[in-house]
Amino acid sequence: MSDRRVVITGVGVVAPGDSGREAFWSMISQGRTATRRITLFDPARFRSQIGAECNFDPQRCGLSYQEIRRMDRAGQFAVAAAREAVADSGIDIPNGDPSRVGVSVGNAVGNSILMEQEYRVISDNGRRWLVDAGYMVPHLYTVVVSSSIGAEVAYATDAEGPNAVITTGCCSGIDSVGHAFDLIREGCADVVVAGATDAPIYPISVACFDTLRASSTTNDDPEHACKPFDRNRNGLVLGEGSAMFVIEDAEHAARRGARVYCEILGFCARSNAYHMTGLRPDGREMADAITVALDQARVDPSDIDYVNAHGSGTKQNDRHETAAYRSSLGEHAYRVPVSSIKSMVGHSLGAIGSIEIAACALAIERDVVPPTANYETRDPECDLDYVPKTAREQKVDTVLSVGSGFGGFQSAIVLAAPGRAA
Amino acid sequence: MNTPASRAVITGLGVVAPTGTDVEAHWQATLAGKSAIHHIDRFDTSGYPLKLFGDVRDFVATDHVPVRLVRETDLMTHLAFAATEQALADAGLDPATVPEFDLGVVTANSSGGAHFGQSELQKLYSEGPYAVGAYMSIAWFYAATTGQLSIRHGARGACGVIATEQAGGLDAFGQARRNLRKGGRAVLCGGTDASLTPYGLVAQLANGLLSQRDDPLRAYLPFDADASGYVSGEGGAIMVVEDADAARARGVDRFLAEVAGYAATFDPRQQTRREPGLRRAIELALADAQVRPQDVDVVFADGYGVPRLDLVEAQALMRTFGERGAPVTVPKTMTGRLYAGGAPLDVATAVLAMRDSVIPPTVNVTSLAPGCRIDLVRDEPREAQLRTVLVAARGHGGFNAALVLTHP
Repeated sequence: MSDRRVVITGVGVVAPGDSGREAFWSMISQGRTATRRITLFDPARFRSQIGAECNFDPQRCGLSYQEIRRMDRAGQFAVAAAREAVADSGIDIPNGDPSRVGVSVGNAVGNSILMEQEYRVISDNGRRWLVDAGYMVPHLYTVVVSSSIGAEVAYATDAEGPNAVITTGCCSGIDSVGHAFDLIREGCADVVVAGATDAPIYPISVACFDTLRASSTTNDDPEHACKPFDRNRNGLVLGEGSAMFVIEDAEHAARRGARVYCEILGFCARSNAYHMTGLRPDGREMADAITVALDQARVDPSDIDYVNAHGSGTKQNDRHETAAYRSSLGEHAYRVPVSSIKSMVGHSLGAIGSIEIAACALAIERDVVPPTANYETRDPECDLDYVPKTAREQKVDTVLSVGSGFGGFQSAIVLAAPGRAA
Repeated sequence: MNTPASRAVITGLGVVAPTGTDVEAHWQATLAGKSAIHHIDRFDTSGYPLKLFGDVRDFVATDHVPVRLVRETDLMTHLAFAATEQALADAGLDPATVPEFDLGVVTANSSGGAHFGQSELQKLYSEGPYAVGAYMSIAWFYAATTGQLSIRHGARGACGVIATEQAGGLDAFGQARRNLRKGGRAVLCGGTDASLTPYGLVAQLANGLLSQRDDPLRAYLPFDADASGYVSGEGGAIMVVEDADAARARGVDRFLAEVAGYAATFDPRQQTRREPGLRRAIELALADAQVRPQDVDVVFADGYGVPRLDLVEAQALMRTFGERGAPVTVPKTMTGRLYAGGAPLDVATAVLAMRDSVIPPTVNVTSLAPGCRIDLVRDEPREAQLRTVLVAARGHGGFNAALVLTHP
């Protein structure tokens, strides 16, 4: 690894609610929620009927008819967000050196909506095990391989460097940005179009979370359904969306006079080797991920101004995570604001880690800590400052963001205002 | 560089492939040129134009893991459990002896747990949401195998999953080496694939690159003038990749190979009419390994079996190594393309080739296509001292990767 420094110079977001970076920030900084009764299909037969959906119009976001036809909603989100990030950064990839521009896209469940829709057609709604090849669409193969999303981002941005879809479940959105950070530090790329996307609000994924009893059943009050860290929380709310970034070698960014949102200082991934969906209550592996990321960043726990929590809204997670903060941050855990934007935008599986990094980048730029919406009642086992309901204006220079996911994945990333660690 | 990069070495192999469900069975079949591409007999293919597949036969998952785990996981993960068990035994590594957070898992994945995917979708639509099984959420997704291997072997270090279709197996080795450089001691690395379901097969049919021939001897013919597409297969390989110093410290004095170089690229858009990215990946990997093209003793080629893609690869090899330069082989002509499992199997086969100083053959290719002026090792194994081996892989849509292995 070299000493190259790595910065974020462009941010694009397609989050629940209206599309675009500014619509996203407006919503989370005002503490508004996008959790509603699901409209992408009729959820009447499902246990949880709530989702945080994107008001997404692919044509208005600049996708062509052919892109819209061949791509799943997840791919469309990623391409729209990537184009916004590239425009925001002002970088001209095709007229620069495309071979030095990589792609890293986090994603957990691939092109799952199209996979399900096309299955219904070729199986005649589940009647035929020997599915009917006569009804297959020409892009069906790119539906089943999630790598196609990385390819689409490359087609949309002209990137010809190393390209990968990083698919570590609900940590994908942190790990993909961490992968970009590693690629630039190793010298494999100068720029990486990186981020994550997922679009899981469809019957098969909703049924999976129903089966696990992990999703909220506050079906009569969906706008207040996701209550991370609150004693009355009753589960996660599925979300969808994408955040993509232009991540760049700091000198490369400086040479072209790019505006810098923040620097990436440290990243670490761990696994709990415990259970595919269960978490050890002591949060030991998440704590180690945080400690190693802070060490790499050369940041003392007491320097952290804001912790962007995983905060999925399940009792198991909230306790695991609070324990991890106590053991890795010590006394500072009780002083630093900790919030979960999943209360507003839901849990978009592989995408959320990057959407949360977008929130962190904007929090640093604007010196505002977004709140945990819906937080009302203290849980004696979760006794930190969760920034209830209202955003706080304060200096935000150094931020920690964490993720936790099925498969036991635990990841942490440290971001700081440009020049903070100079 | 802050410190000299640590060296990543392969210390254990595990193979579950159409050619054999353990390392030596696979190797003997490969040297003998015995193709394992068969007519599909797991379901009725009379309604499909695809008849052939490299299937893994004689594999019983419960021989390797408890029944409970078999039920909770997809076939792709069963294959990985078995391969990992072999790799750990071969490396003589007891995961419990690795310091906490120093053992990781990195696998490639291509299309997820296809068996769970189709059967649970069928339950959803034929019976309703409550019929979807509790294990769908953890068995189908692309991270399932890494997560399960991590739990089974107590791997609590950095874990990863990469999806770049068939290139992913090499990208996994690149990431494993990166994780070792960042401080890990050992990584369980590779990939396995199991796409043979009706839905999985029809999805593959849609990409238009598969051979629809019925004769196993004439279906998958990379670089042949008569190439008609590829045949797919299942299985793969998992290896133990270790930091060389850490391996020595636990008393290992025999390394199978060093992961000496790696690079990945993505093709320019077709409209640009510029050269595809495979040659650049190969040259970057050679530079990363600090070896010259003339040092490469054999190339394990990607070998798509699709005429225009074969020509792209042959041109990349000719430009790097000269016409009929380094010997080239495609042992996957005996297994088909295994997607996430394909490149790891090539890496395992390359390691065995170095060990025994013999290049395994490409089978069934009778006459090279015009323009493919390469030294393809055909039909019979060729004895040769192998110090440096290049493995190439491409993933659908434009992914390219190259890995350089050197004799320890």
